[in-house]
Amino acid sequence: MKRAVLLLAVLGASQAALAAGSAEKGKTAYAQHGCWQCHGFAGQGGITGPKLAPDPMPLEALLAFVRNTRGAMPPYQKAILSDADLADIHAYLQSLPKARDYKSIPLLNP
Amino acid sequence: MARKDPGPQVDRRKFLTGVAAAGAATAAATMSTPVARAAEPAPAPRVPSALRPTLQVAAAETETPRETTNRIGGRPGSDFMVDVVKTLGIKYLPANCASSYRGIHESLINYGGNKMPEFLTCMHEESAVGMAHGYFKIAGKPLMTLCHGTVGLQHATMAIYNAWCDRVPVIVVGGNDMDAATRPPGVPTFHAAQDINALVRDFTKWDDTPVSLAHFAQSFVRAYKIAMTPPCGPVMISLDAGLQQEVIRNHGDKLAIPRYVPTAPPQGDSGAVKEAARLLAEAQNPVIVADRAARTPNGIKLLVQLAETLQARVIDQGSRVNFPKTHYLSAPPTAVSGADVILGLELSDFWATVNSYTDNGENGGIGANGTRIKPGTKLISISSVELNTKSNYQDFQRFQVIDVPMAGDAEATLPALIEAVKAAIPGSKKGAIEQRGQAAKKAHAEAEARTKQAAALAWDASPISTARLCAETYAAVKDLDWSIVSQSGNVSNWLNRLWPLSEHHHWIGRSGGYGVGYGAPASVGAALANRDAGRFSVNIQADGDLMYAPGVLWTAAKHKIPQLAVMHNNRGYHQEVMHVQRLSNFRNRPANYGPDMGPVGTRIENPDIEYHKLAESMGWWAKGPIKDPAQLGSALKEAVKVVQAGQPALLNVWTQPR
Repeated sequence: MKRAVLLLAVLGASQAALAAGSAEKGKTAYAQHGCWQCHGFAGQGGITGPKLAPDPMPLEALLAFVRNTRGAMPPYQKAILSDADLADIHAYLQSLPKARDYKSIPLLNP
Repeated sequence: MARKDPGPQVDRRKFLTGVAAAGAATAAATMSTPVARAAEPAPAPRVPSALRPTLQVAAAETETPRETTNRIGGRPGSDFMVDVVKTLGIKYLPANCASSYRGIHESLINYGGNKMPEFLTCMHEESAVGMAHGYFKIAGKPLMTLCHGTVGLQHATMAIYNAWCDRVPVIVVGGNDMDAATRPPGVPTFHAAQDINALVRDFTKWDDTPVSLAHFAQSFVRAYKIAMTPPCGPVMISLDAGLQQEVIRNHGDKLAIPRYVPTAPPQGDSGAVKEAARLLAEAQNPVIVADRAARTPNGIKLLVQLAETLQARVIDQGSRVNFPKTHYLSAPPTAVSGADVILGLELSDFWATVNSYTDNGENGGIGANGTRIKPGTKLISISSVELNTKSNYQDFQRFQVIDVPMAGDAEATLPALIEAVKAAIPGSKKGAIEQRGQAAKKAHAEAEARTKQAAALAWDASPISTARLCAETYAAVKDLDWSIVSQSGNVSNWLNRLWPLSEHHHWIGRSGGYGVGYGAPASVGAALANRDAGRFSVNIQADGDLMYAPGVLWTAAKHKIPQLAVMHNNRGYHQEVMHVQRLSNFRNRPANYGPDMGPVGTRIENPDIEYHKLAESMGWWAKGPIKDPAQLGSALKEAVKVVQAGQPALLNVWTQPR
């Protein structure tokens, strides 16, 4: 059932949206749509939501999840978040740098 | 309130009433004089008196007036009340001043010398109770507070509710002018009520309204005793203004103060303890969950002993420091999923410990429920709260069926349980238990590495990540005898995840009732206890919380209570930011952010509050806003020096939301 929902969602997304993502626009969209509220401005996650970046899930999976989630995260339908905005957000998440190895951060090795 | 022994002495109200009546009579006489004089015969001509003045008159006219006892004609009843209070060793009395308790206020600072207790000037009754709450969590001793029984108590209620939910003793005394026939009209009557205690009866353990001084002595000692007997909790005394101001009558030498003898805490039934021990000893994977189990430092030692005996992992839900985070048996909440026996110690919510709730708008909007544990898992509970459940407020949470429920204090029951477990462990099990310990060591090390890697995410981000905020702060105080005097949830629990919490005083835990506005006053109260113990207090202070009653900053400066406050300034009531966003999404409507970054009514921006200036205006050293993580470390070093010199210091740090 979940796979069917995922497939339908992916098919529903326009190919143009899937292809064209702007990290710059995505940063703005990420803030404007409130993604930061649970996942942090850098997608780092926290007690309220998992990390989204670096290494975000594939765009197709992100689209399917965001539209159809039944977990703690509320769904974002197209009426409030377009495919194009979501693709931009994905591009923004992809653009975020990898975290440093904690062993290289003295404060995390007191 | 009926006066039991109206003596001949001058009463304040009667005196005032007399003055008023005399004035009125004089005015009436003056007005009627012309008419009255018309009917009177002409007065006889005055002649000089030839009588010698009496000795009394001569003395009054020629000598310095002698000192009389006092206007009220004796020793006030509130002096005796102070005698009672002093027997209990209450060190401080945080309070906002109020006329309905002026009698005992005067006695405390003049007759009592403002020592034991020392009056601490507060700017809000909620702050006063919050300070008492925080103080107890470090010192293990209760404070009392005084307030107007009506308007002051109304301010204090949220803090009293937090104390109730967190099982913390606070002795609240509300002034109340009860005699409707004699109390001053106007404001004092607006501030009077039949039964002020009714306001908080649903979330206090006990209350009373003493009608005599002897009654007060019994009430106060009883209140202290009830508050301190587990499950601890706040108590309330209505204190009649007239009783405070009446003189101690001629039977004053008969007034007695009952001796306080602590009540031994209740222990779990011995048969139930034996059955619990059998289940734990025979379990494949027992897990211990503790919330308010360690009332004292000894509670931590006992829990370590039980856990090591069983090599059972321990989930510390953190309303107190129950178990060292550094111990290899310390486990995350998800550890319940593999358990076949779960021992819950003083859990505030056993249902949510073993079940899940997802606020996903399903099932008609009420969300989805699930289980976190395997079918057939046996549940054991030791909780003193079962002995003191009330009806109205729902702090008892959802109902959970327990296989072995015990009404008793967990810490008091642990010694018997440890012995019973040792006796119940079969020799054949010892190898398996040792293997369980080895697996726990490995899991703990892996979890620590994962936690640190998660902390490295967004390490250089601005606003500053909450993980970095906590790591930088720890680096600045790690060589001191530190104590965290704030909550942790608002910063994604990084304090608990990164700081090596192991001692009872290392952290004060949560508020209990989750009433926002607890954090700042509790931090000041806890810092007061730490000051007396020579410890360094660290407060990760949430922005919205501070603004409920920021006057407590002044109280800290006024009474020289040092602490390092590091603002978690995410510029919003962030829990509500997410709630309104969630509901908007469920309803498929874009959330209206107005001019801000989150839903209308949830953000604290435009304008941004300059917390450093706010603190500075009230006598704190302060700096900010700090948005660049590279600047945080040096600012912390400066602030730590200030705090070590005895002044409170605040850094206004702009942070990530959680």
